[in-house]
Amino acid sequence: MKKPKPSIGEAFGAFSAGKARHWLTFVLCAFLWAGLLGTGSISAQTSIPDVRPMTPELEARLKKLETELRCLVCQNQTLAESPAGLAGDLRREIRTLADSGKSNEEIKDYLKARYGDFVLYKPPLESKTWLLWFGPFVLLVGGAFVTWRVTRRTVMVEVSTPAISDDERRRAGKLLDE
Amino acid sequence: MTMSDSPQTSKALRAWRYLLPLAIFFGLLWFMWRGLSLNPREIPSALLNKPVPAFSLPLLHDPSRSLGAADMKGKVWLLNVWGSWCVSCRYEHPVLNALAKKGVIPIIGLNWKDRPEDAKSWLVKFGDPYQFSVSDIDGRVGIDFGVYGAPETFIIDKAGMIRYKHTGPISEVMMNETLIPMIQGLNKA
Repeated sequence: MKKPKPSIGEAFGAFSAGKARHWLTFVLCAFLWAGLLGTGSISAQTSIPDVRPMTPELEARLKKLETELRCLVCQNQTLAESPAGLAGDLRREIRTLADSGKSNEEIKDYLKARYGDFVLYKPPLESKTWLLWFGPFVLLVGGAFVTWRVTRRTVMVEVSTPAISDDERRRAGKLLDE
Repeated sequence: MTMSDSPQTSKALRAWRYLLPLAIFFGLLWFMWRGLSLNPREIPSALLNKPVPAFSLPLLHDPSRSLGAADMKGKVWLLNVWGSWCVSCRYEHPVLNALAKKGVIPIIGLNWKDRPEDAKSWLVKFGDPYQFSVSDIDGRVGIDFGVYGAPETFIIDKAGMIRYKHTGPISEVMMNETLIPMIQGLNKA
Protein backbone atom coordinates (compact mmCIF):
# COMPACT_ATOMS: atom_id res chain seq x y z
CA MET A 1 0.00 0.00 0.00
CA LYS A 2 1.23 3.43 -0.92
CA LYS A 3 1.78 5.79 1.88
CA PRO A 4 0.03 9.15 1.49
CA LYS A 5 2.49 11.84 0.63
CA PRO A 6 2.84 14.25 3.52
CA SER A 7 1.92 17.83 2.78
CA ILE A 8 4.62 20.49 2.91
CA GLY A 9 3.27 21.75 6.19
CA GLU A 10 3.35 18.26 7.72
CA ALA A 11 6.83 17.60 6.42
CA PHE A 12 8.07 20.88 7.77
CA GLY A 13 6.35 20.24 11.11
CA ALA A 14 8.03 16.83 11.38
CA PHE A 15 11.32 18.38 10.45
CA SER A 16 11.15 21.22 12.94
CA ALA A 17 10.05 18.95 15.77
CA GLY A 18 12.43 16.04 15.32
CA LYS A 19 15.31 16.85 13.00
CA ALA A 20 15.77 20.42 14.15
CA ARG A 21 16.26 19.26 17.71
CA HIS A 22 18.91 16.80 16.57
CA TRP A 23 20.57 19.46 14.51
CA LEU A 24 20.53 21.90 17.38
CA THR A 25 22.14 19.36 19.70
CA PHE A 26 24.73 18.57 17.06
CA VAL A 27 25.59 22.22 16.46
CA LEU A 28 25.79 22.94 20.19
CA CYS A 29 28.10 19.99 20.76
CA ALA A 30 30.25 21.10 17.86
CA PHE A 31 30.54 24.55 19.39
CA LEU A 32 31.36 23.15 22.81
CA TRP A 33 34.04 20.91 21.38
CA ALA A 34 35.48 23.75 19.34
CA GLY A 35 35.58 25.82 22.54
CA LEU A 36 37.28 23.08 24.50
CA LEU A 37 39.85 22.46 21.81
CA GLY A 38 40.36 26.19 21.44
CA THR A 39 41.15 26.77 25.11
CA GLY A 40 43.28 23.64 25.05
CA SER A 41 45.43 24.98 22.27
CA ILE A 42 45.70 28.37 23.98
CA SER A 43 46.95 26.87 27.23
CA ALA A 44 49.34 24.73 25.23
CA GLN A 45 50.72 27.88 23.63
CA THR A 46 51.30 29.63 26.92
CA SER A 47 52.75 26.57 28.64
CA ILE A 48 55.99 27.03 30.51
CA PRO A 49 59.19 26.58 28.54
CA ASP A 50 61.03 23.71 30.15
CA VAL A 51 63.90 25.09 32.17
CA ARG A 52 64.59 21.95 34.08
CA PRO A 53 63.15 18.52 33.48
CA MET A 54 59.69 18.44 34.99
CA THR A 55 59.32 15.67 37.52
CA PRO A 56 55.85 14.31 38.27
CA GLU A 57 56.21 15.50 41.88
CA LEU A 58 57.07 19.06 40.81
CA GLU A 59 54.27 19.07 38.29
CA ALA A 60 51.75 17.95 40.92
CA ARG A 61 53.06 20.51 43.39
CA LEU A 62 52.86 23.39 40.90
CA LYS A 63 49.41 22.31 39.71
CA LYS A 64 48.12 22.34 43.27
CA LEU A 65 49.73 25.69 44.00
CA GLU A 66 48.31 27.20 40.82
CA THR A 67 44.77 26.12 41.77
CA GLU A 68 45.14 28.10 45.01
CA LEU A 69 46.04 31.30 43.16
CA ARG A 70 43.73 33.62 41.29
CA CYS A 71 44.23 34.89 37.80
CA LEU A 72 44.06 38.67 38.04
CA VAL A 73 42.70 39.08 34.53
CA CYS A 74 39.85 36.56 34.48
CA GLN A 75 39.05 36.91 38.12
CA ASN A 76 36.95 33.80 38.56
CA GLN A 77 39.61 31.49 37.24
CA THR A 78 42.64 30.07 38.95
CA LEU A 79 46.11 30.50 37.55
CA ALA A 80 46.07 26.83 36.59
CA GLU A 81 43.05 27.09 34.31
CA SER A 82 43.27 30.63 32.94
CA PRO A 83 44.29 31.07 29.31
CA ALA A 84 45.20 34.77 29.87
CA GLY A 85 48.67 35.91 28.90
CA LEU A 86 49.44 37.22 32.37
CA ALA A 87 48.47 33.87 33.92
CA GLY A 88 51.01 32.22 31.63
CA ASP A 89 53.66 34.71 32.75
CA LEU A 90 52.83 34.07 36.39
CA ARG A 91 52.94 30.29 35.91
CA ARG A 92 56.39 30.72 34.38
CA GLU A 93 57.41 32.91 37.31
CA ILE A 94 56.17 30.32 39.81
CA ARG A 95 58.10 27.64 37.97
CA THR A 96 61.28 29.72 38.13
CA LEU A 97 60.79 30.39 41.85
CA ALA A 98 60.13 26.70 42.53
CA ASP A 99 63.27 25.78 40.57
CA SER A 100 65.31 28.16 42.69
CA GLY A 101 64.19 26.24 45.77
CA LYS A 102 61.42 28.50 47.12
CA SER A 103 58.72 26.89 49.24
CA ASN A 104 55.00 27.16 48.47
CA GLU A 105 54.61 29.72 51.25
CA GLU A 106 57.47 31.82 49.91
CA ILE A 107 55.98 31.76 46.42
CA LYS A 108 52.59 32.84 47.78
CA ASP A 109 54.21 35.66 49.77
CA TYR A 110 56.05 36.76 46.64
CA LEU A 111 52.78 37.08 44.74
CA LYS A 112 50.97 38.59 47.70
CA ALA A 113 53.57 41.36 47.97
CA ARG A 114 52.80 42.31 44.36
CA TYR A 115 49.11 41.61 43.89
CA GLY A 116 47.75 41.66 47.45
CA ASP A 117 45.48 39.15 49.19
CA PHE A 118 43.33 39.11 46.10
CA VAL A 119 45.71 36.72 44.39
CA LEU A 120 44.89 34.04 46.97
CA TYR A 121 41.76 32.08 46.19
CA LYS A 122 41.25 31.38 49.88
CA PRO A 123 41.15 34.68 51.80
CA PRO A 124 43.35 34.82 54.91
CA LEU A 125 41.70 34.73 58.33
CA GLU A 126 42.12 38.19 59.87
CA SER A 127 39.93 40.73 61.67
CA LYS A 128 38.59 42.31 58.47
CA THR A 129 37.59 38.93 57.02
CA TRP A 130 35.82 37.64 60.15
CA LEU A 131 32.40 38.44 58.71
CA LEU A 132 33.32 36.57 55.56
CA TRP A 133 34.49 33.47 57.40
CA PHE A 134 32.01 33.32 60.27
CA GLY A 135 28.99 35.20 58.83
CA PRO A 136 27.39 32.08 57.32
CA PHE A 137 27.65 30.22 60.65
CA VAL A 138 26.12 33.18 62.51
CA LEU A 139 23.25 33.13 60.02
CA LEU A 140 22.86 29.37 60.45
CA VAL A 141 22.69 29.62 64.24
CA GLY A 142 20.29 32.58 63.99
CA GLY A 143 18.07 30.66 61.58
CA ALA A 144 18.08 27.62 63.83
CA PHE A 145 17.08 29.80 66.79
CA VAL A 146 14.19 31.39 64.90
CA THR A 147 12.99 27.97 63.68
CA TRP A 148 13.12 26.63 67.22
CA ARG A 149 11.14 29.58 68.56
CA VAL A 150 8.47 29.33 65.86
CA THR A 151 7.97 25.56 66.16
CA ARG A 152 7.78 25.76 69.95
CA ARG A 153 5.08 28.41 69.72
CA THR A 154 3.04 26.29 67.30
CA VAL A 155 3.14 23.36 69.73
CA MET A 156 2.02 25.63 72.55
CA VAL A 157 -0.86 27.01 70.50
CA GLU A 158 -2.02 23.50 69.68
CA VAL A 159 -1.90 22.50 73.31
CA SER A 160 -3.77 25.56 74.46
CA THR A 161 -6.62 25.16 71.96
CA PRO A 162 -9.56 23.75 73.97
CA ALA A 163 -11.26 20.66 72.60
CA ILE A 164 -14.87 21.18 71.52
CA SER A 165 -17.65 19.71 73.55
CA ASP A 166 -20.16 17.14 72.29
CA ASP A 167 -22.81 19.81 72.23
CA GLU A 168 -20.72 22.05 69.98
CA ARG A 169 -19.95 19.14 67.70
CA ARG A 170 -23.64 18.40 67.26
CA ARG A 171 -24.29 22.04 66.42
CA ALA A 172 -21.47 22.08 63.90
CA GLY A 173 -22.78 18.93 62.26
CA LYS A 174 -26.22 20.46 61.97
CA LEU A 175 -24.82 23.59 60.37
CA LEU A 176 -22.88 21.52 57.86
CA ASP A 177 -25.94 19.47 56.94
CA GLU A 178 -27.94 22.53 56.04
CA MET B 1 0.80 33.98 71.00
CA THR B 2 0.43 32.61 74.51
CA MET B 3 -2.45 33.56 76.76
CA SER B 4 -0.16 34.76 79.52
CA ASP B 5 1.27 37.68 77.45
CA SER B 6 0.10 41.01 78.73
CA PRO B 7 -1.25 43.30 76.00
CA GLN B 8 1.78 45.60 76.30
CA THR B 9 4.45 42.95 75.82
CA SER B 10 2.54 41.34 73.00
CA LYS B 11 2.32 44.70 71.27
CA ALA B 12 6.07 45.24 71.61
CA LEU B 13 6.69 41.70 70.45
CA ARG B 14 4.46 42.17 67.45
CA ALA B 15 6.26 45.39 66.53
CA TRP B 16 9.57 43.55 66.70
CA ARG B 17 8.24 40.75 64.61
CA TYR B 18 7.56 43.12 61.76
CA LEU B 19 10.45 45.51 62.24
CA LEU B 20 13.22 42.95 62.43
CA PRO B 21 12.62 41.31 59.03
CA LEU B 22 12.17 44.79 57.58
CA ALA B 23 15.52 45.85 59.04
CA ILE B 24 17.18 42.71 57.69
CA PHE B 25 15.60 43.34 54.30
CA PHE B 26 16.93 46.89 54.17
CA GLY B 27 20.33 45.72 55.34
CA LEU B 28 20.47 43.23 52.47
CA LEU B 29 19.25 45.89 50.08
CA TRP B 30 22.05 48.19 51.16
CA PHE B 31 24.72 45.52 50.62
CA MET B 32 23.38 44.64 47.20
CA TRP B 33 23.05 48.27 46.19
CA ARG B 34 26.63 48.92 47.20
CA GLY B 35 27.74 45.82 45.35
CA LEU B 36 26.38 47.34 42.15
CA SER B 37 28.66 50.35 42.38
CA LEU B 38 31.83 48.45 43.31
CA ASN B 39 34.33 47.78 40.58
CA PRO B 40 35.78 44.27 40.91
CA ARG B 41 38.66 45.26 38.61
CA GLU B 42 39.80 47.85 41.13
CA ILE B 43 42.00 45.74 43.37
CA PRO B 44 43.58 47.59 46.30
CA SER B 45 47.26 47.81 45.47
CA ALA B 46 49.65 45.94 47.69
CA LEU B 47 52.38 48.35 46.61
CA LEU B 48 50.89 51.59 47.89
CA ASN B 49 53.30 53.36 50.28
CA LYS B 50 55.96 50.75 49.53
CA PRO B 51 59.33 51.38 47.86
CA VAL B 52 59.23 51.29 44.07
CA PRO B 53 60.54 47.93 42.77
CA ALA B 54 64.08 48.15 41.46
CA PHE B 55 64.36 47.60 37.71
CA SER B 56 66.62 48.41 34.84
CA LEU B 57 65.28 48.10 31.33
CA PRO B 58 66.44 49.09 27.82
CA LEU B 59 65.03 52.29 26.39
CA LEU B 60 62.44 51.77 23.68
CA HIS B 61 64.12 54.24 21.31
CA ASP B 62 67.69 53.30 22.17
CA PRO B 63 68.01 49.73 23.49
CA SER B 64 71.74 50.17 24.09
CA ARG B 65 70.92 52.48 27.02
CA SER B 66 68.87 51.52 30.01
CA LEU B 67 66.83 53.29 32.66
CA GLY B 68 65.90 52.18 36.14
CA ALA B 69 64.06 53.30 39.24
CA ALA B 70 67.41 54.36 40.74
CA ASP B 71 67.86 56.96 37.99
CA MET B 72 64.69 58.73 39.09
CA LYS B 73 65.66 59.08 42.73
CA GLY B 74 65.09 62.59 44.14
CA LYS B 75 62.30 63.32 41.66
CA VAL B 76 58.57 62.99 41.80
CA TRP B 77 57.76 60.93 38.73
CA LEU B 78 54.96 59.09 37.04
CA LEU B 79 55.13 55.58 35.65
CA ASN B 80 52.56 54.67 33.05
CA VAL B 81 52.16 51.05 31.93
CA TRP B 82 51.06 50.86 28.32
CA GLY B 83 51.08 48.75 25.19
CA SER B 84 50.23 49.32 21.55
CA TRP B 85 47.83 46.35 21.78
CA CYS B 86 45.91 47.98 24.62
CA VAL B 87 42.67 49.67 23.58
CA SER B 88 42.15 51.57 26.85
CA CYS B 89 45.65 53.04 26.50
CA ARG B 90 44.60 54.68 23.27
CA TYR B 91 41.60 56.10 25.07
CA GLU B 92 43.82 57.42 27.87
CA HIS B 93 46.54 58.77 25.61
CA PRO B 94 45.20 62.31 25.02
CA VAL B 95 45.12 62.85 28.80
CA LEU B 96 48.77 61.82 29.11
CA ASN B 97 49.67 64.11 26.21
CA ALA B 98 47.93 66.98 28.00
CA LEU B 99 49.73 66.16 31.26
CA ALA B 100 53.08 66.08 29.47
CA LYS B 101 52.35 69.47 27.92
CA LYS B 102 51.82 70.95 31.38
CA GLY B 103 55.33 69.82 32.31
CA VAL B 104 54.53 69.22 35.97
CA ILE B 105 56.00 65.72 36.17
CA PRO B 106 58.36 63.49 34.19
CA ILE B 107 56.34 60.65 32.66
CA ILE B 108 58.11 57.35 32.18
CA GLY B 109 56.40 54.72 30.05
CA LEU B 110 56.66 51.03 30.80
CA ASN B 111 55.98 49.44 27.43
CA TRP B 112 54.52 46.20 28.70
CA LYS B 113 54.47 42.92 26.76
CA ASP B 114 54.75 44.68 23.44
CA ARG B 115 56.82 44.56 20.27
CA PRO B 116 59.17 47.58 20.15
CA GLU B 117 58.41 48.26 16.44
CA ASP B 118 54.66 48.31 17.15
CA ALA B 119 55.20 50.53 20.19
CA LYS B 120 57.31 53.04 18.29
CA SER B 121 54.88 53.40 15.39
CA TRP B 122 52.02 53.73 17.91
CA LEU B 123 53.79 56.69 19.53
CA VAL B 124 54.40 58.31 16.15
CA LYS B 125 50.71 57.98 15.37
CA PHE B 126 49.25 59.17 18.69
CA GLY B 127 51.99 61.39 20.13
CA ASP B 128 54.71 60.64 22.68
CA PRO B 129 54.09 62.02 26.19
CA TYR B 130 56.90 59.95 27.68
CA GLN B 131 60.25 61.40 28.64
CA PHE B 132 61.45 57.84 28.18
CA SER B 133 59.75 54.56 27.49
CA VAL B 134 61.38 51.34 28.59
CA SER B 135 60.69 47.94 27.05
CA ASP B 136 59.39 45.20 29.30
CA ILE B 137 58.96 42.66 26.55
CA ASP B 138 58.44 39.54 28.67
CA GLY B 139 56.47 41.33 31.40
CA ARG B 140 58.90 40.48 34.21
CA VAL B 141 59.05 44.02 35.60
CA GLY B 142 55.28 44.30 35.22
CA ILE B 143 54.93 41.43 37.68
CA ASP B 144 57.12 43.30 40.20
CA PHE B 145 54.75 46.25 39.88
CA GLY B 146 51.72 44.01 40.32
CA VAL B 147 50.45 44.95 36.89
CA TYR B 148 47.42 42.95 35.78
CA GLY B 149 45.94 45.16 33.11
CA ALA B 150 47.09 48.12 31.12
CA PRO B 151 46.96 51.04 31.44
CA GLU B 152 48.17 51.44 35.01
CA THR B 153 49.55 54.60 36.53
CA PHE B 154 51.90 55.00 39.48
CA ILE B 155 53.17 58.17 41.13
CA ILE B 156 56.47 57.83 42.98
CA ASP B 157 57.78 60.42 45.42
CA LYS B 158 61.30 61.81 45.87
CA ALA B 159 62.23 59.08 48.35
CA GLY B 160 61.19 56.40 45.86
CA MET B 161 57.92 55.45 47.57
CA ILE B 162 54.80 54.62 45.56
CA ARG B 163 52.17 57.17 46.60
CA TYR B 164 49.45 56.54 44.08
CA LYS B 165 48.24 53.76 41.86
CA HIS B 166 45.42 53.59 39.40
CA THR B 167 44.33 50.69 37.22
CA GLY B 168 42.57 51.64 34.02
CA PRO B 169 42.65 54.81 31.97
CA ILE B 170 43.02 58.12 33.79
CA SER B 171 40.47 60.72 32.84
CA GLU B 172 40.92 64.43 32.41
CA VAL B 173 38.90 65.02 35.60
CA MET B 174 41.16 62.65 37.54
CA MET B 175 44.24 64.37 36.18
CA ASN B 176 43.03 67.82 37.21
CA GLU B 177 41.42 66.92 40.52
CA THR B 178 43.63 64.13 41.86
CA LEU B 179 46.93 63.78 40.05
CA ILE B 180 48.03 67.40 39.72
CA PRO B 181 47.22 68.42 43.33
CA MET B 182 49.00 65.28 44.52
CA ILE B 183 52.06 65.98 42.37
CA GLN B 184 52.20 69.57 43.67
CA GLY B 185 51.95 68.33 47.26
CA LEU B 186 54.69 65.75 46.77
CA ASN B 187 56.96 68.30 45.10
CA LYS B 188 56.63 70.61 48.09
CA ALA B 189 57.45 67.86 50.59
